[in-house]
Amino acid sequence: MSWRLWVPLLLFSGFLGLAAYQLTQPKDDVVESRMVGRELPYFTLPPASLDRPGVDSRDFYDGKPKLLNIWASWCLPCIAEAPQLEALKEQGVEIVGVAIRDEPVDVMRFLTQHGNPYTRIGRDDLSEVQLGIGSSGVPETFVIDGKGVIRYQHIGDIREEHVPILLEELRKAES
Amino acid sequence: MIAEIGLAALWLAAALAVLQLAGGLAALRAGENSDIAALTRPAAVLQGGLVAIAFAMLLWVFAITDLSVKLVAMNSHTAKPLIFKLSGAWGNHEGSMLLWVTVMALAGALIAGIERRLPEKTMQATLAAQGFVALGFYAFLLLSSNPFERLPEPALEGLGLNPLLQDIGLALHPPTLYFGYVGLSVAFSFAVGALVTRNVTPDFARAMRPWILGAWVFLTLGITAGSYWAYYELGWGGYWFWDPVENASLMPWLAATALLHSASVLASRDALRVWTIMLGVVAFSMSMLGTFLVRSGILTSVHAFAVDPERGSFILFLLALYIGGALLLFALRAGTISEGERFSIASREGALVVNNVMLSAILAVVLLGTLYPLLTEAFDVRVSVGPPYFNPVSAVFVFPMLAVMAVGPLLRWRRDSWSRVSKEMALTVALLLVALVIFGVVSQVALLPLLGLSFAIALGVASFLPLRGRSLRRVPIAVWGMVIAHFGLAVALLGMASESAFSTERLAALAEGERTSVGPWAVELQAVEPVAGPNWTAMAARMEVSYDGGKPIEIEPQSRNFWAPAQQTTESVLVTRWNGQLYAVVGSSSNDGRWQVRLWWKPLVTLIWYGGLLVALGGILALIGRVRTDLKRRTAARKGAARRLEMEKIS
Amino acid sequence: MKAKHQRLVLVLLAIVALVGAALLAVYALRNQASYFYLPEQMQADPPAVGQAVRLGGMVAPGSLETLPDGITVTFTVTGREASAIPVRYAGILPDLFVEGSGVVAEGRLAADGTFEADNLLAKHDENYVPRELQDMSEHQAAEMAEETTVGLE
Repeated sequence: MSWRLWVPLLLFSGFLGLAAYQLTQPKDDVVESRMVGRELPYFTLPPASLDRPGVDSRDFYDGKPKLLNIWASWCLPCIAEAPQLEALKEQGVEIVGVAIRDEPVDVMRFLTQHGNPYTRIGRDDLSEVQLGIGSSGVPETFVIDGKGVIRYQHIGDIREEHVPILLEELRKAES
Repeated sequence: MIAEIGLAALWLAAALAVLQLAGGLAALRAGENSDIAALTRPAAVLQGGLVAIAFAMLLWVFAITDLSVKLVAMNSHTAKPLIFKLSGAWGNHEGSMLLWVTVMALAGALIAGIERRLPEKTMQATLAAQGFVALGFYAFLLLSSNPFERLPEPALEGLGLNPLLQDIGLALHPPTLYFGYVGLSVAFSFAVGALVTRNVTPDFARAMRPWILGAWVFLTLGITAGSYWAYYELGWGGYWFWDPVENASLMPWLAATALLHSASVLASRDALRVWTIMLGVVAFSMSMLGTFLVRSGILTSVHAFAVDPERGSFILFLLALYIGGALLLFALRAGTISEGERFSIASREGALVVNNVMLSAILAVVLLGTLYPLLTEAFDVRVSVGPPYFNPVSAVFVFPMLAVMAVGPLLRWRRDSWSRVSKEMALTVALLLVALVIFGVVSQVALLPLLGLSFAIALGVASFLPLRGRSLRRVPIAVWGMVIAHFGLAVALLGMASESAFSTERLAALAEGERTSVGPWAVELQAVEPVAGPNWTAMAARMEVSYDGGKPIEIEPQSRNFWAPAQQTTESVLVTRWNGQLYAVVGSSSNDGRWQVRLWWKPLVTLIWYGGLLVALGGILALIGRVRTDLKRRTAARKGAARRLEMEKIS
Repeated sequence: MKAKHQRLVLVLLAIVALVGAALLAVYALRNQASYFYLPEQMQADPPAVGQAVRLGGMVAPGSLETLPDGITVTFTVTGREASAIPVRYAGILPDLFVEGSGVVAEGRLAADGTFEADNLLAKHDENYVPRELQDMSEHQAAEMAEETTVGLE
């Protein structure tokens, strides 16, 4: 038997090792906001749907921690996170939505289909607020304490395992 | 109910795959006459039928837009035209995996049903391998990507109305590539079967060859179509970008091309036994690797939020199991396979070996370039590898391969002398030199396109030389196939080289009524007007173009804005003449009311895709030729057996 | 004996070609792969003038300007820290290229510190696309979107 016959297997194992390593690596491909720990910038957004008011940065100063959810009706992962937002709402969490580059008609259709966990939904046609709070994609979710300070940023869709983390962050923001 | 029938059929098929595997293994242990071994072939045939039913059920739920099925709700919409509803069935992860196993199971049924050339033990091992591979994909489907999953509450309306995806090209492109991948999986099973039973014979190569040819034809078509799609859809004027998705389809093609040629050496001359087995494994591993790279998002990580990492792991696991297993078997067994027939370097085999080596080298170059970002990312350095790497490095091996392609088909099997083909070689070299001088000295073309043009011309003529002195009517179809495929490659190469050597580009900001020119074309921007479509608005630039003072043609490239989902696309316009294409794109307006216009004149660019089609046509002819010969041989054998039986009766 | 000899020649040829391909590939990759820079990295440790690299970041709001020829645009790409790289590009701006959005520019640094881009790849907004992924082409994006099945789990 020749050692040369083992070369392909060896090369292949090398590739497998590399690929497996890469798969297990967390992707550091998200841009964390530098606004975490800082106060919200001032903004006012018109309503994005017919049945919820718009959003004003002053809404976040009433002493109660809230979630600020950046989403859009054209965003597929936002559908994925809808049940988790619903679950958070059931837990008594107040969720404020900001719809990015969206149309009221699409927003309404999305909400009738996937549920409406929001108390307010602002319409951010130019992604101004999104950029202002340091979010670089959709969806993202921020924990804002009762004094308008960003306490925590969640990037990407909220999966089931993230719900307790967000609840914990909200509890921390209370103190 | 329909979805449940589909799911049940799928589970039953998976159970039959287990039976097929068990039957094959039993045949290997206890001999092919054991009771369970007799079930292997029927299990494969029945399995094909069941999976076809499952796929038909999926088409059905998409056709009627059953919104209680999750996959339909996610990917379809009641307002879609029927054709896109149906194509939506495989235009997503789950559906495409089901299509994959459907094709695979049908292929398995076909070999179980009709393939009787090989010794039964080898066939049993082949079917066991095929069942084992299929089983992995059933597990993948049923455990992590069930296409028939129901929603707890039916959705009110589907989500899949993305205009970008309602494109007939996108509907047909993935299945074409899948047929290719699956064909290579059959070749893989044959290779494993032959390796297990140490039965690497010309008959094995003949049984495997139609599958390789079929796979190769589909891959060729898939790559050609994908390239044209990128060309007209992206509006960048390029036809090949060397991005991982494209490389994922090119690598199996390179491996399949090498396998095709080495299998034909094995079939005709009983040489290159071990090498053919190796290529059989490599070709399928390239298909799976491509699928893995695209699906796992490991390279571009485009899928970070879109794709479940579980899926990447699953495919990697299957890759490790099948390819790792096959390579282990190869390492253990290949040493015991006796060396095949010998041959001299100046022979058809010799040329084919050189061609195989060159193809493998190109494959290695593409593979390394594709995986390199993966490697550097492990060290936290982000790179992208593009044409500056791929073009020159692969060219180092492409041109020697083309040279061998011109000469190889002229040589005889086993042993030949260079002097016998010296006239033909002299002609080819003379053509090459003349072309080099004309394009190099007279028109000052850069090195790579210069080589491309010259080799294309020389090879284009040389590819017909094998027909010299033969009565054209009596040339076997398979030989026509080879000639046309080789000629097609020369044609495609001429298109690529000409595009890169002679394209002219004009980028201008034009006010309405202003004129410009690109190459021999005169272009006038007449007006820019808004147009509205069902879900988009666009600015359309009406231009009048005329070739060399000829009759003006009106064209209207657009810059389109879609709503829901919000995106902008450029709708380029192509004006095709026999000698090239005018490519026009309109951009945005600058503040002073001028419009950005980008124009290319690309001489002979269409030859790239015509060449690709010719290559595929060559493959089809070769396939027809091989299958016909096989059928004839089979009929002859049957007649012979019948006569023998009669003789025995008489005596 | 002759046949054996010729076989050896073929095997040697194969080994030389494959090893040569691998070595050549590795050598070329070190030189030809274009490295990805963030603006802060480019400012701190600029690549050699003329070397093909990629620059990724945000298009600074208010920085986009069209030069009088109507086709050349200049803008500034900013990163996480207060770093800004001026970019010049002649051509049609890609879809979804707006101020404040992410962009990856392919090109090279000129002697005056301006980044000369040959190609701009804008962020695709179909799905959430993290920074690194902005460089996917529309081609890939379409194929991807087609295969995406977000939200099924």
